[in-house]
Amino acid sequence: MNKQYSNTKATLAIARASFRSILRSPSAVVFTLAFPLIFIIVFANIGGGGMSIDVGLAKGSDTSANNPVYIALKKNKIMHLITDQTADEMSKNLAKGNIDAILDLKPFAPPAAMTVHVQYSQASGDKGSVLKSALNNIFYRIQSEELKRIQSYTTVKVPNLIDLKEETISGRPYKYIDFILPGQLGFSLLSSGVFGTAFVFLSLRLTLVIKRFFATPVKRYSIVLGEAIARLAFSLLGSLFIILVGHYMFGFTLIHGVTTVLNMLVLSAIGLIIFMGFGFTVSGIAKNESSVPPLSNIITLPQFLLSGTFFSITAFPTWLQYISKVLPLTHLNDAMRKVAFEGAGLGDVTHQLLILLAWFVGIYAVAVKTFKWE
Amino acid sequence: MNLMHFYPMTKQPIITVNNLVKNYGDFAAVKGISFEVYEGEIFGLLGPNGAGKTTTLEIIETLRDKTSGSIVVDGFDIETDADSIKKRIGVQLQAAGYYPNLNLSELIVLFSGLYGIDKTPMEMLEKVALTDKAKAKYKDLSGGQKQRFSIATTLINNPRIIFLDEPTTGLDPQARRNLWDLIREIRDQGTTVVITTHYMDEAEVLCDRVAFVDGGHIIGIDTPDHFIDELVASGFERKKQVKLANLEDVFINLTGKEWREG
Repeated sequence: MNKQYSNTKATLAIARASFRSILRSPSAVVFTLAFPLIFIIVFANIGGGGMSIDVGLAKGSDTSANNPVYIALKKNKIMHLITDQTADEMSKNLAKGNIDAILDLKPFAPPAAMTVHVQYSQASGDKGSVLKSALNNIFYRIQSEELKRIQSYTTVKVPNLIDLKEETISGRPYKYIDFILPGQLGFSLLSSGVFGTAFVFLSLRLTLVIKRFFATPVKRYSIVLGEAIARLAFSLLGSLFIILVGHYMFGFTLIHGVTTVLNMLVLSAIGLIIFMGFGFTVSGIAKNESSVPPLSNIITLPQFLLSGTFFSITAFPTWLQYISKVLPLTHLNDAMRKVAFEGAGLGDVTHQLLILLAWFVGIYAVAVKTFKWE
Repeated sequence: MNLMHFYPMTKQPIITVNNLVKNYGDFAAVKGISFEVYEGEIFGLLGPNGAGKTTTLEIIETLRDKTSGSIVVDGFDIETDADSIKKRIGVQLQAAGYYPNLNLSELIVLFSGLYGIDKTPMEMLEKVALTDKAKAKYKDLSGGQKQRFSIATTLINNPRIIFLDEPTTGLDPQARRNLWDLIREIRDQGTTVVITTHYMDEAEVLCDRVAFVDGGHIIGIDTPDHFIDELVASGFERKKQVKLANLEDVFINLTGKEWREG
């Protein structure tokens, strides 16, 4: 009794208890680990190749090695040539948009013009125009070749109207996993921070666990801090696990290796602390456990959809982008991607960090006002 | 049995409540209560629901603020030394739960940390005969086991006083008697016990002294024997004679009210 009471010891006791409890709670594990991993596995597999255009080759098309159009299309990785369907099937699939275009290639026999008959489909959106420009490019090259050949027979100068100079700079291949993994990390932190924190504090309050704590010498800050440490530890371990699975199984790019991982973990911690602020607020507003999910969803769903978790926010109309650019998860995702893929340090994402800081101040001001102990 | 207990040498107050008042807005829950609890006794707070027992208890336990009045617990003033009091008391709340997903051992470890005291889980569980449930979850215990476990958590800090709020409510007769034995054991080891209950037979056999609380006032405070003797002497008679009266009669006679709920 004469021994000095240790607030640190009490805080750590709560952290340890809470960490054990989180590990044994199925919903925490599912939301923090299972969901993000499933999304990563699904999207890493379907998103791998980027765009693909299905082009049906009509029966009787010239597929010989001296048809330059056929050879060029075959070399193009975006084009997926279909030859094993009947004309009837093809036109049906074209109408449904399962095939993006049907090509009928007649034999190439200069100087006679080669006939290329193309059918596009309104059902397949923009893909038709991608094919169109790819074909135009091929035709231009064939035409140029032909011109060059004619040029060698004559002294009449055929002017080159366009001198096309193309080059591809060397760069790191940006894989879809590089986009999807930071988004899933953000999603994991968001759900753990909001749902987890809200549920824990509400249930500790309703079941009088906190009241019983208050009958011991423990300080209030120890309770909040202990819970926060446990959640932080759990979520950071979860983040690390997701990063490692992404890196070793799906080739997620980590430019500076361990440094990049550490930077990502720092960002994870910052994100989680902000999201926990939402969780504290929800636990204060919610009257009972069944009002936690709707309240939490109001916070998590818009961010899940609008913060660039699955696709870049640049795909949205401008007015929607304004909303996206307000949400904290957008900036966390943004910073995360810059750090992971571009190799940025934390000093390079100060713009994102400042916006997150503003959210931190704002949400904790609200949380302090709404949070209830009993 | 400890003879010391039956013949206390001096009655040393360990809790002194003086003119305690608690208002919730316009509603006065406690209207000027004064009493003393002596060191080493089992003290019962009795009264109908809504009488102010739990409020009084929770104010002494430092869980609630008082409106006015003074309380001294083991020499410490509740107003200035709540932290010292918390270290000297053990509290069992009515219907309190425990941290989810943890087993009994882990809960004891948690509470040891909260009290800043090194106790092994087995040492504490042994006191309440729950060592075989060390790996069980609180929610999987029977009613009696739950209460015994709650009492174990109140003993971690070697408290001078423990507070038990309706510890036997909902228990079967065996579990109740088992709990009485445990509570007596705790008292015999020198810990003062303050208990609330709705069972007058329980208060009669368990409590050294009882106070009746009704409508925010204390309307009587004495030993159960003395209350009963007094009632009998006043000419009270039970319709069906077994014994001249029991404490339940004192209860109804004093509070004089119909059965109330809530």
